Amino acid sequence: MSEVKKIATRESYGNALAKFGAEYPDLVVLDADLANATKTQIFKNAFPDRFFDCGIAEANMTGIAAGLATCGKIPFISSFAMFAAGRNFEQVRNSIGYPQLNVKIGATHAGITVGEDGATHQSLEDIALMRTIPGMTVIVPADDTEVFAAVKAAIEHKGPVYLRFSRAASPVFYDPETLKFEIGKGITLREGNDIAIIACGVEVNYALEAADRLEKDGVKARVIDMHTIKPLDKDLVLKAAAETGKIFTVEEATVIGGLGSAVAETVSENNPVPVYRIGVNDVFGESGPWAELMKKYKLDADGIYEQIKAKL
Amino acid sequence: MQNVPVAHFEWRLTVLSTVAIVALSASVPRCKAIDANCEAIHEVDLRKDVVMTKEELQKTANEVRKGIVTAVHAAKSGHPGGSLSSADIFTYLFFEEMNVDPKDPKKADRDRFVLSKGHNAPGLYSVLAERGFFPKEDLTTLRHTGSYLQGHPDMKHIPGVDMSSGSLGQGLSAAVGMALAAKIDNKDYRTYCLCGDGEIQEGQIWEAAMFAGAKKLDNLCVIVDNNGLQIDGPIDEVNNPYPIDKKFEAFNFHVINIDGNNMDDIKKAFDEAKTVKGMPTAVIAKTVKGKGVSFMENKAGWHGKAPNDEEFATAMSDLEKAGAV
Repeated sequence: MSEVKKIATRESYGNALAKFGAEYPDLVVLDADLANATKTQIFKNAFPDRFFDCGIAEANMTGIAAGLATCGKIPFISSFAMFAAGRNFEQVRNSIGYPQLNVKIGATHAGITVGEDGATHQSLEDIALMRTIPGMTVIVPADDTEVFAAVKAAIEHKGPVYLRFSRAASPVFYDPETLKFEIGKGITLREGNDIAIIACGVEVNYALEAADRLEKDGVKARVIDMHTIKPLDKDLVLKAAAETGKIFTVEEATVIGGLGSAVAETVSENNPVPVYRIGVNDVFGESGPWAELMKKYKLDADGIYEQIKAKL
Repeated sequence: MQNVPVAHFEWRLTVLSTVAIVALSASVPRCKAIDANCEAIHEVDLRKDVVMTKEELQKTANEVRKGIVTAVHAAKSGHPGGSLSSADIFTYLFFEEMNVDPKDPKKADRDRFVLSKGHNAPGLYSVLAERGFFPKEDLTTLRHTGSYLQGHPDMKHIPGVDMSSGSLGQGLSAAVGMALAAKIDNKDYRTYCLCGDGEIQEGQIWEAAMFAGAKKLDNLCVIVDNNGLQIDGPIDEVNNPYPIDKKFEAFNFHVINIDGNNMDDIKKAFDEAKTVKGMPTAVIAKTVKGKGVSFMENKAGWHGKAPNDEEFATAMSDLEKAGAV
């Protein structure tokens, strides 16, 4: 069996910016002293005149991006999700969201896969926060291929977009030739009518692994990559509710307010079936190698399998 | 109609090819240019074709003040104090300094203005209405349900508003972004940003100032309306931001201290700012909060309060008298 290619979605993000820089002359990139970590450095190397390091001042970076957008630029701002969405929430809400400015927020190092840096740097709340802002599009791509598609879609979408990326390397499973990516349209990766697993980001791959194991137990799980949390693909969610009658959501984030909540809101208002939210259960993260943390918080394939089995 | 060059006032005189005449009714944002036979030939935009005299600007500022008081009275809430202290600066910027066109508010190469102290929306709206961006009558819809004149500036719905603002500390960053965009595109438009002296207690102001100084954004001009009062009292008692000029100097700004209620000073400051290369300019404008309305002057209590009917009548009477001089 050949080795599966692995790459962190933050790395894919930097590569995608550099790739699309030539095609979109209005694309500019801002960072806050984390260009080596967020990988916007790759864009900086390719287009030094369109890269601006704002230093350790995320709030100002956000406002500068707003001003640039009023003048026709397409700014991407990058920092760790903790700062891009957390520290910056009100700047994003008032300077970007309220005027619906064409700013893209590329937030890296989201979730507990940050690893050793620990709880202060592990943003679990960003999906929930960004989802509450009217007109904000929230995208959590699952692999390298999907990041390229998502970044391109974000550039072409007029209005604010929040993109969430991870630090840890994850397997590449989409084929660029066949991936059909559309903002707001989830992708069914595996058919099944016993249960539905709706996941996003790094959890999509783990969900697929968990579904393999469930199948051995005779449970056919439908797996959906819900890369866009907002606007949510309600049709796909309700189809899954109707056809499987039991939904599990999986996200590397708090279970409060994110993908799980979005799915539960839709299901409970339209076709109430049980929705179980798998994620970080209202606690802070901690330091440790990311793979160990994913195991400890039951967010790897084993953990997801266990949590689903407990509810069957 | 009359042409009123003022001898002691060394400004460029009113100029138009043959006979450039400005309506002294300063409430009219555009006026009729007239030919030698005193026949109106076409509407001209004051900013583009005519340089206003100091008296005309002062009268215009007085009209702007009337609009502020009228709007806040009609809204039964809002922020008259700082709007009035900034009225002369608003007037000079929109009637004299900035390249803006009420008929084409989104003109690509226009100068930009960001009201970082967004609660002074009545001041901004009044000068925009006076300049012809929208009807003056609409000022009385300020803060009313369904009105486009939101309590704080809303760029999505208000002609002439370049940035939504109001959450203090955020506007200067956006202005820095606009100035940066001009640099990227090699455009020569300038960006002006009005901050409050209480507002500069916000840390984000200094993040933005540091960036503007570091990137040598000489197309950016920050004005600090130093009226000395914020909601909880005198700024130096609440959380002393002085010396404001030294702080901006330390952030690599060219700093000009002026009397912000004096048109000569205002003109000199903006003229000087345009000559500065390699660094942004900060104009520290000492002003009187509530300027022009006797009972509002230097009273922190009028930061965010509307006059009742009786107070409104007194205020308008004060301003009528000032306008008649």
